[in-house]
Amino acid sequence: MNLLAPLALLGRSVLALLASVGRISLYMLDAISHIFRPPFYPRELLHALLNIGWLSLPVVGLTAIFTGGALALQIYSGGARFNAEAVVPQIVAIGMVRELGPVLVGLMIAARVTSSIAAEIATMKVTEQIDALVTLSTHPMKYLTAPRLLAALITVPALVGVGDVIGIAGGYMVATQNLGFNPVVYLENTVDFLEPLDIISSLVKGAAFGGIAALMGCYYGMNSGRGAQGVGRATKGSVEAAAVLILAANFVLTGVFFSV
Amino acid sequence: MIRMENVHKAFGDNRVLRGLTLEIPQGTSMVIIGGSGTGKSVALKCILGLIEPDSGQIIVDGKAAGSGDRDAFLARFGMLFQGGALFDSLPVWQNVAFRLLRGSLKRPVDEARAIAVEKLHRVGLKPEVADLFPAELSGGMQKRVGLARAIAAEPEIIFFDEPTTGLDPIMAGVINELIREIVVEMGATAMTITHDMSSVRAIADNVAMLHDGVIQWTGPVAEMDASGDPYLDQFIHGRAEGPIEAVR
Repeated sequence: MNLLAPLALLGRSVLALLASVGRISLYMLDAISHIFRPPFYPRELLHALLNIGWLSLPVVGLTAIFTGGALALQIYSGGARFNAEAVVPQIVAIGMVRELGPVLVGLMIAARVTSSIAAEIATMKVTEQIDALVTLSTHPMKYLTAPRLLAALITVPALVGVGDVIGIAGGYMVATQNLGFNPVVYLENTVDFLEPLDIISSLVKGAAFGGIAALMGCYYGMNSGRGAQGVGRATKGSVEAAAVLILAANFVLTGVFFSV
Repeated sequence: MIRMENVHKAFGDNRVLRGLTLEIPQGTSMVIIGGSGTGKSVALKCILGLIEPDSGQIIVDGKAAGSGDRDAFLARFGMLFQGGALFDSLPVWQNVAFRLLRGSLKRPVDEARAIAVEKLHRVGLKPEVADLFPAELSGGMQKRVGLARAIAAEPEIIFFDEPTTGLDPIMAGVINELIREIVVEMGATAMTITHDMSSVRAIADNVAMLHDGVIQWTGPVAEMDASGDPYLDQFIHGRAEGPIEAVR
């Protein structure tokens, strides 16, 4: 066996990864530029706003309320080990707003929206609907990608905001109903402890994660292979890429906002 | 007139077009025949700019395809796709009037709908179909809607990609007749890709046979049967024996 074979394999993998990063970066720049250049498709944007924003509310709300409740229980039982049960409101608030709200909403959007966008666009590609768009003088990037990207950039921060509030409400309900916290004091501690930067970071993360989720869905859909297998691979690849990129972006943004 | 000169296109090691040269005079109907994978669809997509040829020239009415305003260039074309390629998320009338609802050919919604209903009527569909979604239509109806969409903006050039694939012989005959009527009525230049010899005889003024990435034979449809070309003879008679290798 050639001793250099593993190195060659590693080299090929790294080159393939870099090529993918390059292609996705160019796609992203192209997509962003199309948001600002006419023609615009307001009906497509409206449809995307409804699908990505409004229709994601139930899943975001449920995820947030259960997470907020579980977080309150964990902090209470963990805090009890060093007599710090009283910090439940503060830690639920900071945990939801800074970290869990944006990340969980981002991941839920990746699961719900990225997969749906990728499957829809990949199916359109396989059935020649993308070619049909071109022959009908309609740029697929403007008609398919730009409205979805813009809608995600607008709605996902809003969803994160809603998720943060519902998550805190989940913690509040568990803490006041099960753990004996005073409702008024709980809310005062929550409000007093949160800082504007916490909320800003949460919304910025939401925009970034929304952008990633929409872009990955569109990119993988547009570049899908043939047939049902191609659609399946595009869908799976889009969700994997979106989830990993959201977590990586979360790390980077957390560093940018909160590194001392 | 559409002229393809020495057009080459390869996908990796697979050289699909190997110097394709073909001329389609204005107002005539050219049908391209040939085995699966011989590059018929690639040729058509090269003209539309959906695929970039590696080399060679494509001239449409004296101008290189792809030069100048792309929207204006594409506005001259209509295309019927093999599977219809209707947009699932839009009702039938919006599919037909797609070009009339946006871009440079945009019309008021009522007018666009009226034109869509008129074109649906032209292809034999009732106005009630206008508000259905493509998934609610049969294969034959989807082809008709695709045909209505292809002619909605009254294009000068119409492409038909396998217009009768997947249809029963009667419906195939109906679609062939419709295509012929519409092309004659509109005076359009038409280019059709098909394996279906009944389509060839119904639609074509001229026929070109594509084999090994080049035009093996071309001429008027009336001369097709007496061409003396062994490739064309084998293809039109559907014989397994002959110069075209059949995989068994």
